[in-house]
Amino acid sequence: MNEARKTFWDGVRAEIPLLIGVFPFGVIYGVLALNAGLSQAASQMMSSMIFAGSAQFITAQLVSESAPAMVIILTIAVVNLRHMLYSASLAPYLKSLPIKWKVLLSYLLTDEAYAPSILQYEKEGVRPVSHWFLLGAGCALWSTWQISTAFGIFLGTSIPENWHLDFALALTFIAMVVPALKNRPMVAAAISAGVVSLFAYSLPFKLGLIFAALTGIVIGTILEGQKSLAGAR
Amino acid sequence: MNIWLIMLIGGLITFGMRFSLIFLFGKFQIPETMRKALHYVPPAVLSAIIFPELFYRSSQLDFSLGNTRLLAGMVAILVAWFSKNTLFTILAGMIALFLLQVLIGA
Repeated sequence: MNEARKTFWDGVRAEIPLLIGVFPFGVIYGVLALNAGLSQAASQMMSSMIFAGSAQFITAQLVSESAPAMVIILTIAVVNLRHMLYSASLAPYLKSLPIKWKVLLSYLLTDEAYAPSILQYEKEGVRPVSHWFLLGAGCALWSTWQISTAFGIFLGTSIPENWHLDFALALTFIAMVVPALKNRPMVAAAISAGVVSLFAYSLPFKLGLIFAALTGIVIGTILEGQKSLAGAR
Repeated sequence: MNIWLIMLIGGLITFGMRFSLIFLFGKFQIPETMRKALHYVPPAVLSAIIFPELFYRSSQLDFSLGNTRLLAGMVAILVAWFSKNTLFTILAGMIALFLLQVLIGA
């Protein structure tokens, strides 16, 4: 039990640097959702019902444009497609858990909870208490997301644009990617995905993001295959 | 359709995607190639989010020196590479952005 508690707090600690980028993002979401015409209750509840940053921003935007419900729902689905990749990626580490745990951890599985957890699991492998790490990271993120949303709704009025708090999220992602670029396939995956994302940026519904990510994944995998072939010779 | 219904369905779809392959894992073996490919998910997805954040200014590609987010992002990349520290990286990037905007007056 102590081991479990320690692992939970390891997860919370690993999440803390990310929260610095998440908090302003949540505040901005709260402000924008309110400005888009959502009620305070709906703005707040979206953060626990959908619990996915970019999908929430887009939903607020589409609601303000009076987009049809089906378009909004389809957009949420497409923007969140990437979570299937996270789900597949974490599945081997969670396979022996009871279904209740799988449901709970799936609910908490966001970009920001996924990133530190997969790094931890790839480093440490599966231990009997591994799932507590993801729970810790997920709970830390979930509570921060709810509180920052509430804070944004409370602020209501617009935050001065010259603060550029939204940039903190991009910087967080940079801090996560750059140290992981340890070999040629990783670098190639990151750069090819980035370049394709620029050209595919104007595709609707964030499809460019999915297309770019798949390109990077394919290129990284092919290069790794070539490397292991060369090593075998 | 009511906004609450939209959020409920959107939330269920999002949960379904997060749950899908965690739930199905025991039912079939993930092929080795796919397992390999999944290692490249984080850098690929995150880069695909980062690049447009740095290179696009109001829906236009901007490679100029007046693009303060691009320059601040470069500073952050260097700091991330040498420090491998998330907090330093964010601080360096935000300070760089602030200074560049004061200097360039954008």
